[in-house]
Amino acid sequence: MSDAGFDEWLHAFVADDGYYLACENGHGHLPPRRVCPDCGSTEFAEESLPETGTVAAVTTVHVPAPSFEADAPYDTVVADFGAVRLTGVVDAEPGTVEIGDAVEPSVGASETTGDDVLVLRPV
Amino acid sequence: MNGVRVAGVGLTHFGSHPERTGRDLFAEAALNARDDAGVPLDDVEQLNVGNFAGSLLEGQGHTAPLLAEAAGLDCPATRYEEACASAGVAVREAVRAVRSGEADVVLAGGMERMTNNDTPETTEALAIAADELFEIRAGVTFPGAYALMATAYAEAFDVDEETLKTDLANVASKNHDNALPNEYAQYQREISVEQALDAPPVAEPLGLFDCCPVTDGASAVVLVSEEYAADHDLSADVAVVGTGQGTDRMALQDREYLARTPAADDAAAMAYDDAGIDAADVDVAEVHDCFTIAEVLAIESLGFYEPGEGLGAARRGETRADGELPVNLSGGLKAKGHPVGATGGSQIAEMTRLLRGDHPNSDEVPDAEVGVTHNAGGTVASAVVHVLEVAE
Ligand SMILES: [Zn+2]
Repeated sequence: MSDAGFDEWLHAFVADDGYYLACENGHGHLPPRRVCPDCGSTEFAEESLPETGTVAAVTTVHVPAPSFEADAPYDTVVADFGAVRLTGVVDAEPGTVEIGDAVEPSVGASETTGDDVLVLRPV
Repeated sequence: MNGVRVAGVGLTHFGSHPERTGRDLFAEAALNARDDAGVPLDDVEQLNVGNFAGSLLEGQGHTAPLLAEAAGLDCPATRYEEACASAGVAVREAVRAVRSGEADVVLAGGMERMTNNDTPETTEALAIAADELFEIRAGVTFPGAYALMATAYAEAFDVDEETLKTDLANVASKNHDNALPNEYAQYQREISVEQALDAPPVAEPLGLFDCCPVTDGASAVVLVSEEYAADHDLSADVAVVGTGQGTDRMALQDREYLARTPAADDAAAMAYDDAGIDAADVDVAEVHDCFTIAEVLAIESLGFYEPGEGLGAARRGETRADGELPVNLSGGLKAKGHPVGATGGSQIAEMTRLLRGDHPNSDEVPDAEVGVTHNAGGTVASAVVHVLEVAE
């Protein structure tokens, strides 16, 4: 099953064409999005994401949900990309990424389900 | 606006009762509340019940009529779902119904049956309180989300990892101490700070003892108008004088702050304004410590501490039973247990017992007149705060 808006957004990272939606007042959001929760604007334009973001929070997950059972332990981070933040699984040895590190987004596959996952790789 | 009194409260034991159905759990809590209140079921005009994940955990939706029937009620019944704040919202809407004059007697509470599932299935069911597209698909679990907030907190307030873990272990140890005499608590046993620090990791920096357990249980409170209480000569000395609710962006990544909980700030401001109090008036609090870091964020949002100052409160003794402002004298979610859809009602029940003087820990707060409850959903995208007072 597809999720219109989200799938296109995620797959854009495969071609290194990551983007976010900027409302006419510059507030950044991720799709699907019809109205800006910051200002009420309904006008959005796709803007390119910076190539790298900065880790703002990190955890090493030891007890996963069943859909990530074979992936654990793994690191999940929230990374700051300027107008938006992204949450992803880290492609690195668990416990090695730190707040402040630079990461770049791509699409990987869950080792458990094979489903597409937003991956953030230290650079 | 009609005043609201707590006529009676009822709980089941919080613990591992995998064989007990949700309907049986809630019926026990409701009957206990009826007996405590001395209000006949025929007088109940409305049932508000919280339940989060019964659709997944028990394969049971359409919960409200089922629980009305189980509790022997014949009245309009509605289920409220706001993740772990479900029962808090159910209570809040009951308060509003009584205040408006719509009803004189409302039964509110909640139920969750959880231990009939394996831990991985329960973990997956609880995770649906997060954003499915942007968090669950990125491997975020419920403990993982709070662990992200904990690391962001340490970064924001320049706390080293050892201090973070030690201060959080003190929260866990405190709440286990508080649960010792509570007959409803899942864990009536002490844990030391050292034991908490040595526990296996769940989502670093959070370990097993930073996390609330998986719990079966139910809660119920009978809320009545002041007029009904007087007309029926009820002993109902605790009043609900303030209610507030706040909402934030669903996903952590979309929040203004990763290390603060503005939805709870908003809920507290609304409830305090409603009650005509401020944070300095509060004598005792029950807060939503689903993870130890959540208690820290809660006491900051409730205005007891500035952001960044709440972390060491348990270590310094300030929030312990003999401290200036005891927090989670029930044992909290951490040690009393967290049947998610029941917790908001349980907090009202425990605070009522504390203020009435019939809680095993009432002796710790003999002069308490104002109590606050703080119930949160997900990573505090939802928050409900209530103010209870000993009526004149
Ligand atoms: Zn905007």
